[in-house]
Amino acid sequence: MPLYRDQAIVLRTQKLGEADRIVTLFTRSLGKVRVVGKGVRRTKSRFGARLEPGMMVDVQCYEGRNLDTVTQAETLAPYGDAIARDYTAYTAASAMLETCDRLTEEREPALQQYLLLAGALRSLAERSHDPALVLDAYLLRALAIAGWAPSFHDCARCGAEGPHRAFNLASGGSVCPMCRPPGSAAPAPETLELLAALLAGDWVVADGSDPRHRREGSGLTSAYLQWHLERGIRSLRLVDRETRVDTRRSDSPAVELGGHADRPSTTPVAPAQTGHRA
Amino acid sequence: MYEGVVQDLIDELGRLPGVGPKSAQRIAFHLLQSDAADVKRLADALTEVKAKVRFCEICGNVAEGEQCRICLDARRDGSAICVVEEPKDVVAIERTREFRGRYHVLGGAISPIDGVGPDDLRIKELMTRLASGEVTEIIIATDPNLEGEATASYLARLLGPMGLKVSRLASGLPVGGDLEYADEVTLGRAFEGRRLLDV
Repeated sequence: MPLYRDQAIVLRTQKLGEADRIVTLFTRSLGKVRVVGKGVRRTKSRFGARLEPGMMVDVQCYEGRNLDTVTQAETLAPYGDAIARDYTAYTAASAMLETCDRLTEEREPALQQYLLLAGALRSLAERSHDPALVLDAYLLRALAIAGWAPSFHDCARCGAEGPHRAFNLASGGSVCPMCRPPGSAAPAPETLELLAALLAGDWVVADGSDPRHRREGSGLTSAYLQWHLERGIRSLRLVDRETRVDTRRSDSPAVELGGHADRPSTTPVAPAQTGHRA
Repeated sequence: MYEGVVQDLIDELGRLPGVGPKSAQRIAFHLLQSDAADVKRLADALTEVKAKVRFCEICGNVAEGEQCRICLDARRDGSAICVVEEPKDVVAIERTREFRGRYHVLGGAISPIDGVGPDDLRIKELMTRLASGEVTEIIIATDPNLEGEATASYLARLLGPMGLKVSRLASGLPVGGDLEYADEVTLGRAFEGRRLLDV
């Protein structure tokens, strides 16, 4: 298959040589591929903005020995351009693109992940919801597709019907009093309701949620993601985090969790803890 | 593999950006065949550039003293600052001879995926410069890519409440190109920034 054509979302770009870029594409039918965009950094490049992160394109590439090369690209949806005009949406999109890059393997088709990312980028570009909520909904659903679906109602260990107060990252979500491992967090019940709504796509509940519960939910989502990926997502640290929510209750150890804020800050903010491994 | 100093030279040259192992080998053998005086001139230039050149304490541009020649030039307009990503962008804008104000070099653009946030750039230094009240206009000239646009929107939100005139370099069609090859985003921006003709 020396020449192929596919729909793709640009995940990231890296400079290569004088005017080229290595472009990581997440294609609809082939999965993730790394291709060379020749001359894309020149102002007269015919690719223009088409190979910028967050763009949805129709690409034609030819296979090379190590990396493939883009020969043609047409814009399907310029999400990246709309997102970059809003700093909060941009940081949320960066975290989504990096997470997608981590969750997918090269040349392994992942249609559900592709459709999820496309929908999330469209939502950010159209300003449909708070970018922090869109990010959390994306992260939870991407993890669910990858096989790490969290439980926010029934006990993640024994299946006992909820709601339960304790939340444990290692166990996979809410845990009943009998299964509750030491060190479990005890978030507000409304936070767990919000996270369940984000996972299920219930935007009426999510849009009507309290900012305090959104912050706590963002912290839990980030911790859950990074615990399962076993490595930090660099972009998450820069999603305008400024609030550190302590989910401690009287009987649980400290878990410091960051939340998404909606305004830029030039003050250094400590990265979110990746949760605890109980 | 070559022996001793030849291989050391090839290894060092190979660490330069854009220079692969074959190019490093070619440059190394070119130097070996060159006159000793030519090679010494190159070695002196390399040593001097590290010893003499530093970053301007005001704008962050490359300078041979504590301040660059643009910050030292009293004829430049101190009320306008053009914000760029890298020192090489200063040179590119200076070549146009269109701008007579001063510059501020950020040292990159916000790129969360690469771990570069606002605190990793010289944004605090820019805010310090603005505190004097002399500056009335900021021109944001970051690269016209996603990171550059996001950096510009971040700066616009930060500078907006300060009552300054904040503008962004126009994006559009390159002179000498064909319209049919322009991508949708570039063409859309060209429409957004269209100008009236003198009739």
